[in-house]
Amino acid sequence: MSLIRKTAAELGALVASREVTAVEVTQAHLDRIAEVDGRVHAFLHVDAEAALAQARAVDERIAAGEKLGPLAGVPIAHKDVFTTTDMPTTAGSKILEGWRPPYDATVTRRLREAGLVILGKTNLDEFAMGSSTENSAYGPTHNPWDLSRIPGGSSGGSSAAVSAYETPLSTGTDTGGSIRQPAAVTGIVGMKPTYGGSSRYGLIAFASSLDTPGPFARNVLDAALLHEAFSGHDPLDSTSIDAPVPPVVEAARQADVAGMRVGVVKELGGEGYQPGVLARFNEAVELLESLGAKVVEVSCPTFSYALPAYYLIAPSECSSNLARFDAMRYGLRVGDDGTRSAEEVMALTRAAGFGPEVKRRIMLGTYALSSGYYDAYYGQAQKVRTLIMRDFEAAFQQVDVLVSPTTPTTAFPIGERADDPMAMYLADLCTIPANLAGNAAISVPCGLADEDGLPVGLQVMAPVLADDRCYRVGAAVEKALESRWGGPLLSRAPAL
Amino acid sequence: MADIATLMPYDEALERFEPVLGLETHVELGTASKMFCGCPTTFGAPPNTQVCPVCLALPGALPVANEKAIESTIRIGLALNCTIAKWCRFARKNYFYPDMPKNYQISQYDEPLCTDGYLDVEVDGKVVRVEIERVHLEEDTGKSTHVGGATGRIHGADYSIVDYNRAGIPLVEIVTKPIVGADRLAPEVARAYVTELREVMRSLGVSDVRMEQGSLRCDVNVSLMPRGSAEWGTRTETKNVNSLRSVERAVRGEIERQAAILVAGGRVVQETRHFHEDTGQTTSGRSKEEAQDYRYFPEPDLLPIAPDPAWVEELRAALPELPSARRKRLQQEWGVSDLDMAAMHNADAIDLVEATVAAGAPAADARKWWMGELARRANESGVALADLPITPAQVARVTELVASGALNDKLARQVLEGVLAGEGDPDEVVAKRGLQVVSDEGELSAIIDQVLADNADVVEKVRGGKIAAVGALVGGVMKASRGKADAGRARELILRKIGVQG
Ligand SMILES: [Zn+2]
Repeated sequence: MSLIRKTAAELGALVASREVTAVEVTQAHLDRIAEVDGRVHAFLHVDAEAALAQARAVDERIAAGEKLGPLAGVPIAHKDVFTTTDMPTTAGSKILEGWRPPYDATVTRRLREAGLVILGKTNLDEFAMGSSTENSAYGPTHNPWDLSRIPGGSSGGSSAAVSAYETPLSTGTDTGGSIRQPAAVTGIVGMKPTYGGSSRYGLIAFASSLDTPGPFARNVLDAALLHEAFSGHDPLDSTSIDAPVPPVVEAARQADVAGMRVGVVKELGGEGYQPGVLARFNEAVELLESLGAKVVEVSCPTFSYALPAYYLIAPSECSSNLARFDAMRYGLRVGDDGTRSAEEVMALTRAAGFGPEVKRRIMLGTYALSSGYYDAYYGQAQKVRTLIMRDFEAAFQQVDVLVSPTTPTTAFPIGERADDPMAMYLADLCTIPANLAGNAAISVPCGLADEDGLPVGLQVMAPVLADDRCYRVGAAVEKALESRWGGPLLSRAPAL
Repeated sequence: MADIATLMPYDEALERFEPVLGLETHVELGTASKMFCGCPTTFGAPPNTQVCPVCLALPGALPVANEKAIESTIRIGLALNCTIAKWCRFARKNYFYPDMPKNYQISQYDEPLCTDGYLDVEVDGKVVRVEIERVHLEEDTGKSTHVGGATGRIHGADYSIVDYNRAGIPLVEIVTKPIVGADRLAPEVARAYVTELREVMRSLGVSDVRMEQGSLRCDVNVSLMPRGSAEWGTRTETKNVNSLRSVERAVRGEIERQAAILVAGGRVVQETRHFHEDTGQTTSGRSKEEAQDYRYFPEPDLLPIAPDPAWVEELRAALPELPSARRKRLQQEWGVSDLDMAAMHNADAIDLVEATVAAGAPAADARKWWMGELARRANESGVALADLPITPAQVARVTELVASGALNDKLARQVLEGVLAGEGDPDEVVAKRGLQVVSDEGELSAIIDQVLADNADVVEKVRGGKIAAVGALVGGVMKASRGKADAGRARELILRKIGVQG
C-alpha cells in the first residue's frame, strides 16, 4: 500500500522503527499535493524544502536514538489561521496577504515539538467566516468527492487535503461547526474539543468565546493522537482550561459503547433535512443500539434558537476582534499617498482588504453592540446561550452523549448558496449548540446519501472535558461500519 | 489660539454661581510588566523597544491579566474606603485610534473592581470629604507625537509617529462623585484631592505618580449652577492637566470662562477642553454632544476577576499607614503647629524631615534646615526638594555637628552648599574646606589681640562704657577667622582682655 493511504498512527510507527524515513513519507505527500492540488486547491502555501528539512531533522533525531512521540515524522497540513514564523499567515484574507508572523501559535509550537512535519497552510473562508471555503480571498477549495462541490468550511482546505490523501492529518478551528461540517461533507473525522481544551494563542480570532482548534484525520484514532499532541493548558490563553487532556487516545482504542446512554436530540432532525442524511443517521443510531448502547430521545427545546443567537454573538465579537486590521502596523495598506489622514487610510484599507461576508458580519456585530440595541441583541443572545447550556446540562443528566446528523445536507454545489447567506448559515444548524455551550463534539462518517452518493456525518456531543466519550462512540461506530463496508468510507471516493 | 475666551473675574463668578466639580484621575501602576503581557514598563526606553505580539495587537495574540496590577487596584480601592467587587469583568471599549493597537481598549465598564469610597482632604484647616464613585483597571494606549503643524495636535500635523512602549501599561482610573459645596475653595479642593491621592499612591507603593511623566494624569470636570438653583449646569472636561498647580488653575479658569458665557446669555458646550500650561486657559477640543458609542461588551479573552474575600481582608490588614493618619502622628511627635505642618506638607518635606529625624536629628533642626536653607536652594535651582543632591542622613550629620559646637549655623550653611556641590559628605566638606569652629584658645586669643590692636578706638569706646560697641570687635574676629570662630566665646575673651564686665 502506498504511503499516502496509510494512517497517521501507522506512519508514525514506520518512521519510529526506521522502516521508512520521515523524508520518504513527506516526499510521498508532496508528490500527491503536486499531483492533485491543482484541482482541489486545498493549500494556500506549500513549502516542500522546509517540510523536507523538518522531516530530515526528525530522521536524525530518531537515528540518534531519541524517543519521539507517536506522530513524529508524520505530515500535517495547518489551517492558515494559525501563526507560523516560517510561512505566511493570511487567514484567507487579502488584508493579511504576505504577512509573516514573528511568532508561532501555541498549536504550531506543539506540532513542531511533537515532530509533525508541516507541509503547508490550508485554505479557509476569510477569517474562518463561512461554511464552504468560497469566502476565501484566494479562491474556493473543491470537494475531492466531487470537484464541483464545496468541501465545507471554514476549514475546507484542511478537510479536502485529508480527504484527497494530500496529508493524513490537518488542523482546523471550529467556531460554529468549521471542523465538524467540513469533516462530514468530505467523509473524514473532525473533532471540536471542549472550549478551552486547546489553546487559541496565535489563532487569528474570529469569535473569541467560541473559537476552538481541533484535529482532522481519516480515522478516529489518528484524530485522537493529534488532539492529544496539541491540546492541554496554555498559560498564554486565559480561557485555556488548567486540567489534563481527557484520555482521548485510550477512548479511541477502546471503541466500545456497551452500556453507554445515548440521547438522540429531537430538535436536530426532521423537516428541512436531506432524506439520505436522515436515513444514514437513523441507521447509525440503530447500530449504536445493536452495539449495546441504551438509546433514548432527548429534547433540547432551546436549540432552535441557537442559530440566531450565534449570528449575534459571533459577529459582535468579530466586529471588535477585526478592528486591529487597520493598516497601521502590518498587512495591507491602501491610499497612503501622503495626503490622507490615518482614519481615511484605515477606512480605505478595510474597504479593499475585507471580503463581503466579513464586512457583513462586522456590520451585524457593530449594530448588535450599539448603544440602545445591545440589550435586545447581544444581551438577549447571551441569555439564549445560558439556556442552551442548561438544556445540555439537563440532557447530560440522562445520557452520556448526544447524537445528531452533523449537517442537514451533504456537500452542496459551489456557487449554489454564495448569494444566499441565510441558506449558507443553515449548514451549521446542528453544530452551533455545542459551540455556544463549549461542549466537545465530533463528526465521524456514517455512510453515503442515496440521492447523491456523498458522505454523511454523525455528530456525537459530550459534556465539557468529556472529549473522550466522543472518541469512544466515534471509534465504535467507525469499527462497526468499516467492517460492514470492508474498509473506510473514503476508499469509496472516486479517484482523483 | 482660535478661541480666546472672555473671562469673568473669579470673585464675581463666585457671587453668581456655585461650581460643581468632578475629577477623573489615571494612575499608571509601577508593575514590572505590562497589564496583559510580559513587556517591561521602564519609562524613557527608546521608542518601540518594549513591545511584543500582545501589546502590538498582532493577529492571534491574547491578553493575560497581570495579577500584581489587580492586587494594586484592590489595595488602592481599600485605601480609598471602597467596596471591592466579589466578581467583575473586563470590558472592551471599542474605538479606532492609531495609538491603540487593538482599536479597542481593555477596560472595565459596568462592573468596576472598586466602588463607593471616599478620600478626606484638608483645605484651609477644614476637612472636605471627596466621594469616590469607582476605581477600575484598564490599559494605557501608545503615545502619539504629531510632527509639523503649530499646535502639536493631530490636525495640521505633517505626520504622526507612535511609540507603543506605553501601550498596555496598567492604568487605574479613579473617578469621584460630583463634588458639591466646595464653593469658593473649589480650585483648592481639586488640588488638595489630587495631592492627597498622589500621597496615598506613594504610601501604597503602587506608582511613582509623576505628573510630569504622565504616570498620574488628571481630567477636571467643571459645571456651574446659578446661586439659589439646584440644577447643575452643562459640564466640560479639561484634559492635559499635568501638575498640581495646573489642577487648581484649570478649575479656576474654567469657572471664570463658563461664568462669562452664562452671564452673557450663552450656553456652555459639553466638550473636552485642553489645558494650556503657559496661559492657564483651556481651549475647545472634541465635542461630546455627538457622544461616541464605545460598544462596550465583556472581554471574552479574559476570565472574570473574583478576588477571594479572605485575600482582600489580608490586603486590607496589610495596608500601610495612610498619609493623613501619618501626618497627624508626626505632627504630634514633632510638636509642630498646624501651620508649620501644612507648610511642610505643601513643600513635600514631610518624608525628608521624617527620614532626617530617623537618622538622628532633632525634629526642630531637621525642619529648620529643610524648610529654610534647603528649600531656598531648591527654589533657586527650580528643583523639587526631594531631588536636591543631598540625603536626609547628610542633613542629620550637619545638625549633629552644629549641636556639638563643631559648626555654627553660618559654617553649616557652607557645609550644605559643599554637599550640594558634590564635594562629598558633610565631614569631607568640613575637612576639605577647613570649616571648623576655632576652638583652639591660643589661636583665637592671637586673632583677638590682632583685632584689638587694629581697632584701638573701638576698644576705648567699650572701655568708656559703650558695651554695645563690642559687637564690632566680635565681627572683626569673625571676619579674621573667616567665620570659624565661636562668636560667644570670642565676645567673652574680648571683654576679659579689655577688662570690662559684660
Ligand atoms: Zn508586550
